[in-house]
Amino acid sequence: MSAPEAERPTPPTDRSPWNWLLVVPIVVPLLTFVYNRHDPTLFGFPFFYWAQFAFIVLGVSTTVLVYQLTKRRG
Amino acid sequence: MPRVSEHHVQLVVFAVLFLLVSALGFVAARWRRPETLDHLDEWGLGGRNFGSWITWFLLGGDLYTAYTFVAVPALLYGAGAMGFFAVPYTIIVYPMVFLVLVRLWSVSHVHGFVTPADFVRARFGSPTLALCVALAGLVATMPYIALQLVGIEAVLKAMGVTGHLPIVVAFLILALYTYNSGLRAPALIAFVKDTLIYLVIIVAVIVIPAKVGGWDAIFGSADKVLSTVNPATGAPRGGILLNANNQLQYVTLALGSALALFLYPHSITSVLAAKNRNTIKRNMAALPAYSFLLGLIALLGYMAIAGGVKPIGKDGNTIVPALFDHMFPAWMAGVAFAAIGIGALVPAAIMSIAAANLFTRNIYKEYLRTDATPQQEARVSKLASLVVKVGAVACILFLDPQFSIDLQLIGGVIILQTLPAVALGLYTRWFHRGALVAGLVAGLAAGLAMLYRIPNPATGHAHFGGSAFKLSQVGLDTGVTMYVGFLALLVNLVVAVLLTVGLRAGGVADGTDATREPDYVADAGDPRVHELPEVKASV
Repeated sequence: MSAPEAERPTPPTDRSPWNWLLVVPIVVPLLTFVYNRHDPTLFGFPFFYWAQFAFIVLGVSTTVLVYQLTKRRG
Repeated sequence: MPRVSEHHVQLVVFAVLFLLVSALGFVAARWRRPETLDHLDEWGLGGRNFGSWITWFLLGGDLYTAYTFVAVPALLYGAGAMGFFAVPYTIIVYPMVFLVLVRLWSVSHVHGFVTPADFVRARFGSPTLALCVALAGLVATMPYIALQLVGIEAVLKAMGVTGHLPIVVAFLILALYTYNSGLRAPALIAFVKDTLIYLVIIVAVIVIPAKVGGWDAIFGSADKVLSTVNPATGAPRGGILLNANNQLQYVTLALGSALALFLYPHSITSVLAAKNRNTIKRNMAALPAYSFLLGLIALLGYMAIAGGVKPIGKDGNTIVPALFDHMFPAWMAGVAFAAIGIGALVPAAIMSIAAANLFTRNIYKEYLRTDATPQQEARVSKLASLVVKVGAVACILFLDPQFSIDLQLIGGVIILQTLPAVALGLYTRWFHRGALVAGLVAGLAAGLAMLYRIPNPATGHAHFGGSAFKLSQVGLDTGVTMYVGFLALLVNLVVAVLLTVGLRAGGVADGTDATREPDYVADAGDPRVHELPEVKASV
């Protein structure tokens, strides 16, 4: 959609300390010992289920945050 | 057994929607019309120019398949919490590949790669390693296509339609418009498929809990039924929580599946069709919307338990269609069946395109006709996509569907073995090409050996009964199980590392790397990222 920006210099790297934030939504959903429990329930959902739905929100917000923080200046 | 005479409305709604998307499939050839479809970048990658929305629908349609929609709830229905691994799996995968896929996109666009094996060929200067990666991709993809037919079959069964003719006709139509329109067909149909699926699931999570007494009742009766001891196995079917022995399986299965997902050729096809890096990054943030949907779909398994719905015959995969048929008015059930049926077409089309591209680029052009022109490549790919689909139909017609399910299980383990070459290869050239080949073979052998030793007492299978490997089989005094693919990958990595050190010490010749570091960060607009139609193979 956007016009080609021929003048833009190629950034040398994708590296950014913000990328490390991505580790959080990768590790948290794998910690079964934290969420493998029935209580507290929410709207009838055992913790095991609603916590994992909540991790989806965690994943999305972290990814959006990292995307915004590391966006290349165009 | 359901009867056709009671399902006229469902059948009509199903047929009308099915025909509508078939027409869309043919029209797709004119959508964002290119000058010619006789180029693999056009037929096989939709012009490499899909924006964020199209990519979102395409990847969503590609990764969350009809089989997923019938098999995951069937797993919860049969075994409980273990089946919910699909949710963490599809959460962690996106942050995991967020940075990896943009590197793959960049290097592929600079060099005109169409398949993951193209990349490996150039990165490690090894046609042999590329062939191994291509074969792994082909073997892993074929049964996956066949499984999409299992999804359609489950829906047809719920409407009382038996026999194989309807499936043959459906796949014939699919084969024709894929041949005609290439990747544009599933991209356009994905809009319809996903809209229908979202609609059906939103209705389902409102209507069904109200009918069976709310979420409390759903989880309550699932807990009661799942924890009842099954006389055949002497153990409960499962539970709505994990137990001490399957937690590690849950974690390693989620992790292993996440590592494997974007190694599948069809996932990479959809990624490479994106027009720039930001399209991919935005999608990694937006695709979890489908994971939310998948979580709700998974819970349909518990709703079936609470509603007292039974699968048709012994086919557990019919539980979701049976539930819809039981709970929805006839016309809505028809829409739901169409959503699943169409949901099978999108991934089946993309998978057959991906498999055809692998054959064309890494077998035909590499070994059979090294001087093939882009036109010849496109023609061979179109024909190969037909062959692949005929093969998938033959699998269902002539083999036990269980065989496809077993093969798909093996396929996941196989595709995971390409991780060191493809994914680690994007970051490091440290591995020796010979060590990567040996690691892949060792990982495969170890994976197959472990899968062979897993029985399934519930179905009476002595071998290939699942992907949960008991650690007691290797002498550990424990009941803990782990995902086979994960263990096989560890074997693969150990072999690759040790042999790399050995081969380097022995001074064995290594291939040359045709890529340079700046290639991995190039974006659209960069002069080195070729504009079509100048894209040409550099390998």
